[in-house]
Amino acid sequence: MKVDAIRDKVAIVGMGCSKFGENWQQSAADMIVDAAYEAYEDSGIDAPQERIEAVFCGAQYPSKGTAEVADALKLYGRPVSMVVNYCATGTDAFRYGVFSVACGMYDTVLVVGFDKPKDRGVSGPSVAVTGVRGLPATPAAWFSLCAARYFETYGASREDLARIAVKNHHNGTLAPKSMIKREITVEDALNAPMIAWPFGLYDCCAQSDGAAAAVLTSAELAKGFRDDFVLVRSVAIALAPNPQEDPSFDFLRWKPTLYASKQAYDQAGITNPRREIDVAQVHDCFTLTELLTYEDLGLCEKGSAKEHVKSGVFALDGELPVNTDGGLKTFGHPTGATGVRMIYENYKQLQGKAGPRQVKSPAVALSHNLGGAPQTCGICILGMP
Amino acid sequence: MAGIVSFAAYVPYLRLPLDAIRGDGRKAGRAPGEKAVANWDEDALTMGVAAAAACLEGIDRAAVDAVFFASTSYAFQEKQAAAAIVRALDLRRDVATADFRDSLRAGTGALRAALDAVRAGSARKALVVASDARPAPPGSALERSFGDAAAAVLVGEQDVAATVDTEHAIADEMLDVWRTERDPFVHSWEDRFVVDHGYRRNVVEAARALLEKSGLAPADFAKLVLYAPDARSAAAAAAAMGFDPRTQLQDPFFGRIGNCGAASPLLLLVAALESSRGGDRLLLVSYGDGADAFAVRVGDPVADARRRRGVEWHLARRAELASYDKYLRFRQLLAVEHDRRAGAGISATVHYRERDADVSLLAQRCLACGTTQYPFQRVCFGCYAKDRFAKVRLSDRIGKVLSFTFDEFAGSPDPPLIATVTDVDGARLYVQMTDAAAADVRLEMPVELTFRKIHEGGGTPSYYWKCTPVRGAGTTEGSP
Repeated sequence: MKVDAIRDKVAIVGMGCSKFGENWQQSAADMIVDAAYEAYEDSGIDAPQERIEAVFCGAQYPSKGTAEVADALKLYGRPVSMVVNYCATGTDAFRYGVFSVACGMYDTVLVVGFDKPKDRGVSGPSVAVTGVRGLPATPAAWFSLCAARYFETYGASREDLARIAVKNHHNGTLAPKSMIKREITVEDALNAPMIAWPFGLYDCCAQSDGAAAAVLTSAELAKGFRDDFVLVRSVAIALAPNPQEDPSFDFLRWKPTLYASKQAYDQAGITNPRREIDVAQVHDCFTLTELLTYEDLGLCEKGSAKEHVKSGVFALDGELPVNTDGGLKTFGHPTGATGVRMIYENYKQLQGKAGPRQVKSPAVALSHNLGGAPQTCGICILGMP
Repeated sequence: MAGIVSFAAYVPYLRLPLDAIRGDGRKAGRAPGEKAVANWDEDALTMGVAAAAACLEGIDRAAVDAVFFASTSYAFQEKQAAAAIVRALDLRRDVATADFRDSLRAGTGALRAALDAVRAGSARKALVVASDARPAPPGSALERSFGDAAAAVLVGEQDVAATVDTEHAIADEMLDVWRTERDPFVHSWEDRFVVDHGYRRNVVEAARALLEKSGLAPADFAKLVLYAPDARSAAAAAAAMGFDPRTQLQDPFFGRIGNCGAASPLLLLVAALESSRGGDRLLLVSYGDGADAFAVRVGDPVADARRRRGVEWHLARRAELASYDKYLRFRQLLAVEHDRRAGAGISATVHYRERDADVSLLAQRCLACGTTQYPFQRVCFGCYAKDRFAKVRLSDRIGKVLSFTFDEFAGSPDPPLIATVTDVDGARLYVQMTDAAAADVRLEMPVELTFRKIHEGGGTPSYYWKCTPVRGAGTTEGSP
């Protein structure tokens, strides 16, 4: 891998994000239009149907595939491609967009991540059993697989998880586009109905509908759009074996994050992530996912995450604020949209336009998705020029 | 001489207190005791596999030449259970198989066929598996008397624990208990007619004929092993045969297991063998559309054969089912929002391709680096060698729990669903834990593997393996 092949070569010049939530009155196309047109407006692009040269979409549950985006935005006569990569789908679509600009093929491209799971009539992800070995079990069960052993090894507890939920619920109240705007207490989280031990209701993110979009161009052309454009330092994807089958899995960490962060840090030239990253959006599908991710990303020492949570390192006013918009916890998780929504939050934070949740003058921002059983991780690092 | 080489039983871990059964306006609490009930993921096939696996413990599986399965309640009208057992137990493919169905006498019919096959030389060892979980109308007297269980005996000519010297069979025709293809439950004609003209007349006639044929008298037998629809009828029939019901009659386990249908005669035979000594004679008599009688002579090897799991082992390990409603839910006799039989079910082609992994529970060991992995891979997790694996059987191994969760959301008939990653000889299995409560579960706990129903989509049961706690000493627990 040529580590600096894309570093700082591609700029985000506009981003948009639909309201996330149970958008009963909106189709996927409605949300795609909301997100894309906000991004168009933000970028100042004129005649997007003429200037957007290629479209990269990500969706886990698309009903029509690429046509869903092409039809909504009337982007015909150019490539429209779709990526599926579990919960890293949005980040991966963004990655392809970055590559297409970095290689010089296109000047201006659009990235759209979206999903519309709330038309399926179930409150959580549907449990589809296709093979004999399907348990059935739910994503909550998959992501809880590290809990028992991590708790036993490092002395963490449900209370440490609850503090993460409390933090993200608070941050979500400050984000206009979040679905859930309600403060909770540690007691609320501990007393909530159980979903899959150790996860109670407040340890789990909700299902929601949403879309987010980005207009990308080259670093050279970015000035033509705006002065406060944001550069892509790195974007990485890595797969790991299914932890349910992996003969060497130790139930203390998620391998995809270890693999992807190595790539992302190498590309961005980051050697001390705790010091060099100023703000992060990480995959908090469940509270334990966020806890493990602090360690897997190298933001703190192995086993010390619970102490850092307790001391507020990752709070909005902490040393390294994480999930400043409330994360999946308050936005819900329309799978294909989430990665792009995180990039949207980092973009706003870097521009200093995050309103009441703005962290103090960040220069480098990281976003992270972890998906599947989990088996895949996507990481994107942005920076100011 | 042909006889029984090994024997084992399977009684489900769950017991339903008889006074929990709500009946037709009658007051609960009439009947003391309990009955063995299949868990929601058990049926005649799964119980049969469990009994058969126990019966083959310590025996070379390659020596089994025939498998005969007996049941009145196997889930499929067309599709053989014996062939499924062959696959689940990872037996040789070139074995003779047959299912014996439709009669309470099916278990002893299968035993007779196995004896004949061994005597004729067409099989060195023939495995007989009898298993029943008969459907009874909720609240009925039949529901109180029925229990669910299975038994297995391995028939051969070498190293026999007990020989079968003489048999006698009679066939009869009457409507006493029956179930047509469309009936959800077993029907019965009036009790006294069934017992006097069906049960007692037939078993007494068969026993007398056998005594005459063998030249033996009731006093020559240590025990009468007699199928019975209820305890009182057994005692009356024993007396009519000239046996002393108090000293010679094998306990029929009413109030503990119940009448387990076609499995009953073999289950009682296993129990009798567990408590007999070399030199004892047993008279086995079954009933159903006639009667079968066998004169069994116990040999000294019985002392060693007793180490396998029998009735006594299972009676000491039990948990009470919390409520009758739960029992009705397990039997799918209560309407629920999400019927587990809904949906398309498992693809038959996927099932076919994955039989080694899913039905036989075979893993693979890399011939290059030794890493054991499950399910099957083409490329090794450990060293990336391609297609260089040996198959290894996991189903009879002890595993240990590496991780677990209790999923309240997964739609189990008995939530929470306990999901585990279990290590078996280095292979990682993502399997449910069954016959266990959340409070039982610990990291590193030893577990054994048990063949269970896993999905019923499309109304077709599909089967896979689950783990269950190794219950060394006897345990008695509350609701799992």
